[in-house]
Amino acid sequence: MDKVRVIEIKKSVFAENEQDANALRQELKDRGVYLLNLMSAPGSGKTTTLIKTINLLKDKLRIAVMEADIDSDVDAVKIKEATGIQSIQLHTGGMCHLDAEMTRQGLDGLDLDGVDLVILENVGNLVCPAEFDTGAARNAMILSVPEGHDKPLKYPLMFSVCDVVVINKMDVAPYFDFDLEKCKEYIAMRNPNAKVIPICAKTGEGVEAFAQWLLEQVQTLKH
Amino acid sequence: MHELGIVFYIIRDVKAAAAENSVQRISAVVMNIGEVSTVVPEYLTDCWRWAADKEPLLKGSELKINMIPAVTQCQDCGQEYETVKYGKTCPHCGSGNTFLLKGNEVEIKEIEVPNN
Repeated sequence: MDKVRVIEIKKSVFAENEQDANALRQELKDRGVYLLNLMSAPGSGKTTTLIKTINLLKDKLRIAVMEADIDSDVDAVKIKEATGIQSIQLHTGGMCHLDAEMTRQGLDGLDLDGVDLVILENVGNLVCPAEFDTGAARNAMILSVPEGHDKPLKYPLMFSVCDVVVINKMDVAPYFDFDLEKCKEYIAMRNPNAKVIPICAKTGEGVEAFAQWLLEQVQTLKH
Repeated sequence: MHELGIVFYIIRDVKAAAAENSVQRISAVVMNIGEVSTVVPEYLTDCWRWAADKEPLLKGSELKINMIPAVTQCQDCGQEYETVKYGKTCPHCGSGNTFLLKGNEVEIKEIEVPNN
């Protein structure tokens, strides 16, 4: 007799998360809540971009924010102080991403009554968050100029899962030899449907285009 | 460094499979890992040791890794080639109209249960 018995499983590790994510997406749709998953590398200006965007939209939409980080609550406090909207800090406890179950727990901590738009600021990382579906209606990412226009080549999965790519810190492009046209070309190689929006969150330039895209997205979901 | 998160997922799925099959003890978990899945096998086994030893069901169990070579197929000429060597451009006809056939797996293949 063999020393071990083998039980076949043959199951993708991501299968359960994908099921959870699809269920969450449907629930949110039924409730009329639009969830945006915002991803980027650390330091790309996610929080600053969010503050500017929220201030443009807060008279038109009821917005809430979930800030996911490994530790601290600096981002959630910053958002609350700068915009006055409901924000919550999620700690991933060392994990490099959020999955659908963690996203659900975060949503449970918010008062979603009358809320149109929830923005999830994912952990700053260009690898792992792309692999785990959070249940969001759409994925967006911010690429900042100092990171370089070649990032779509180096982190293909991130760019292939995003519906919109915001390119931030355009004001410093000349100092970093950042080639916007090349960047757009590389993004199109990974994802021909991705919308590219160049902005400068510091001066507010271009943020309106991102806010407009988001507003249309939320309105489309509701109809 | 997403290997620890993946290990937590494996542990969750393996615990469910053990409960379904009334298994009290697992001696090994066999994984299929694709060459271009972005999972680093050494990190996965290191994370496994740390996390699995905290679970009575999995204490001392081995994580065996089956690497699956990545293969891409060209939609224009229909031929297959090694993904890692040639990337997204078909070495036979130069087309970029290619898709990954296999090599992206992060899959639990089977578990081994000691007979006693």
